[in-house]
Amino acid sequence: MAKLISWIGQALLYGLFALIIGYFSSSPPYRHLPADQALIKLSFSHEGKLVSACRQRTAEELAKLAPNMRAPMDCPRERSPVSVEIDLDGTPAYRHVAIPSGLSRDGASTVYKRFPVHAGEHRLAIRLNDDARATGFNYRREEMVILKPGKVLVIDFNQEAGGITLQ
Amino acid sequence: MTMNLLDLTRGGALVVYHRIEHDFDRVFGAALNPWRHLGALGFLFFWIIAVTGLYLYAVLDTSVDGVYRSINWLSREQWYLGGVLRSLHRYAADAFVLVTLLHLLREFLLGRYTGFRHFSWLTGVPLLWFVYISGVVGIWLRWDQLAQFSAAATAEWLDALPVFATPLIRNYLSANAVSDRLFSLFVFVHIGVPLLLIFGLWFHIQRISRAEVFPPPALAAGSLFALLALSLALPVTNQAAADLSVVPGPLPLDWFYLFWQPLMYATSAGAVWALVIGATLLLFSLPALPHGAASPVAEVDPDNCNGCRRCFEDCPYAAIVMVPHPDGIPGRQLAQVNPGLCASCGICAGACPSSTPFRSAAKLVTGIDMPQMPIDGLRRTLERGLARLEGENGIVVFGCDQGADVASLAGKDLARVSLICTGMLPPSFVEYALRGGAAGVLVTGCRAGGCAFRLGNRWTEERLAATREPHLRASAPGKALRVAWADRGEEAELAVMLDDLRQALAAERLHNRDPIADPLVPPTRPTVHG
Repeated sequence: MAKLISWIGQALLYGLFALIIGYFSSSPPYRHLPADQALIKLSFSHEGKLVSACRQRTAEELAKLAPNMRAPMDCPRERSPVSVEIDLDGTPAYRHVAIPSGLSRDGASTVYKRFPVHAGEHRLAIRLNDDARATGFNYRREEMVILKPGKVLVIDFNQEAGGITLQ
Repeated sequence: MTMNLLDLTRGGALVVYHRIEHDFDRVFGAALNPWRHLGALGFLFFWIIAVTGLYLYAVLDTSVDGVYRSINWLSREQWYLGGVLRSLHRYAADAFVLVTLLHLLREFLLGRYTGFRHFSWLTGVPLLWFVYISGVVGIWLRWDQLAQFSAAATAEWLDALPVFATPLIRNYLSANAVSDRLFSLFVFVHIGVPLLLIFGLWFHIQRISRAEVFPPPALAAGSLFALLALSLALPVTNQAAADLSVVPGPLPLDWFYLFWQPLMYATSAGAVWALVIGATLLLFSLPALPHGAASPVAEVDPDNCNGCRRCFEDCPYAAIVMVPHPDGIPGRQLAQVNPGLCASCGICAGACPSSTPFRSAAKLVTGIDMPQMPIDGLRRTLERGLARLEGENGIVVFGCDQGADVASLAGKDLARVSLICTGMLPPSFVEYALRGGAAGVLVTGCRAGGCAFRLGNRWTEERLAATREPHLRASAPGKALRVAWADRGEEAELAVMLDDLRQALAAERLHNRDPIADPLVPPTRPTVHG
């Protein structure tokens, strides 16, 4: 009798083990975004323009350099930080200055930001400046977008595609 | 102060844990209790994952378009084989992480992270990272909406560290960004990291002799059957294929592996980094926190060590090596103790054939001994106890400092001897006690499978049953010997077993039969409590 009770107990505990594994392997369900929301993702990896133009070295400067280093032009490596602004329905939603990567600040500036928004129609204004020598913003885009619930809208930057892209 | 708080918390939780473990003993028996085989169960689940993974890899198409289709095909078209194996793969992975975490918790509660155990502890901590890396990446290989969410969440988490020139999340911004090469990388990680895990596991058990790398067959069969039944009853299936242009709706999250991703969105990536790095550093630092002074380690006496290798064979922590004996006799060996590995359990002293109290020397010097409880002192303690025994049915109780407290047993008919570990008991001491005036001997210690020094009660049982050297001589015990395993806190249960022995001895005497001398009385098989 004791043996039978032990077997029943073992069966129940093995069942409980399977139940715990089975349940927590897929439950409780997780909803990442409320059902009435959409997601705007701003992401770019863009190399800003050089902070200053190349200049001609003077004869004195060239003389001070080692013979094998006497390049006539002095071109800076450092790139401009990339400024980005986003207005959503006329309200400022994001302001950021992305510093170029690298010890010499000669790499790409990168940005990634998520904006959960209510699904529906939104007016989106994006401005971007990648040139420290220019004032204001040299790239702009304004758009009315209709976002269905769960839709992901990606704001990217692609110079070949004309600058600011929405996909 | 920190240590006191830690010890208090650990002590309180340990009481609860022992209660749970003992409740399971009632159902499974102490030897098959899964709580005592968590590490071995981890090995079992790992091998289930490996074997089922071989089949899954054979059918997996690692292209962007093919990965979802090929995995989905298993569940839909070949549910009877590939589908079951896929489910078993997944559920074994979940069970693996569950028993791994419980194993960690149990060893922490039992204080098994300091001293000679620090190596096993420290080599175990990085394995948690390997388990999670391989498990999480495995989920991405289905490339459905759950995989999409998890891969993107992991990328966002990694991007919180300022180490990547281009954010990893850009790999998951749109369908165009996901490439076949990405899935080749996933497969590489999902297979490569478990290989590292095997290597790490090998390190983890390096300082344990006779490491249990497979659970008892009955427990293994029960666990496998439970997972198989679950795989048939609740087969794992894909969600809709990944679509990076939408945020997935409610997801059937695998909470064993992905719990930290909802936590990240509820808090921040930085908070989760702080949590996991903090937890890792805490686990790594536990052995370095102040703890009790180390006990003296075993000492070898070359004049009394004949190089028989029994201590070498029986040491649970591989702390003894055999070296050439300094007497120069060719082939003769001497035991040598590695102090850094020695657990100070005394099991080696119990294994030494020189530890017999029948030797006539006034001072009993054995081949390998414990300075804090030498065999000579043990004989003196036993002799004093035997001299004080009252009544016709005097009983000697040999227990250990880790199991039920033998000092709690009451009676003038008792002589109580508590060893460091019951495995320290040379079997000849049982015969010595019976020949010295005791009518019975009760041997106790931690429950089966629960020895604080791993192998103490197993070696004791085998020595008393004459299946292991040094063995108890067959003419000695009969019904006069009882073995009753009881953990600390089970003194009342031990007292009941002692009373049972008392009654048995009284009944023997009523029948006028001397249990020692009567060869008709069959030897009692050692009993396993629970």
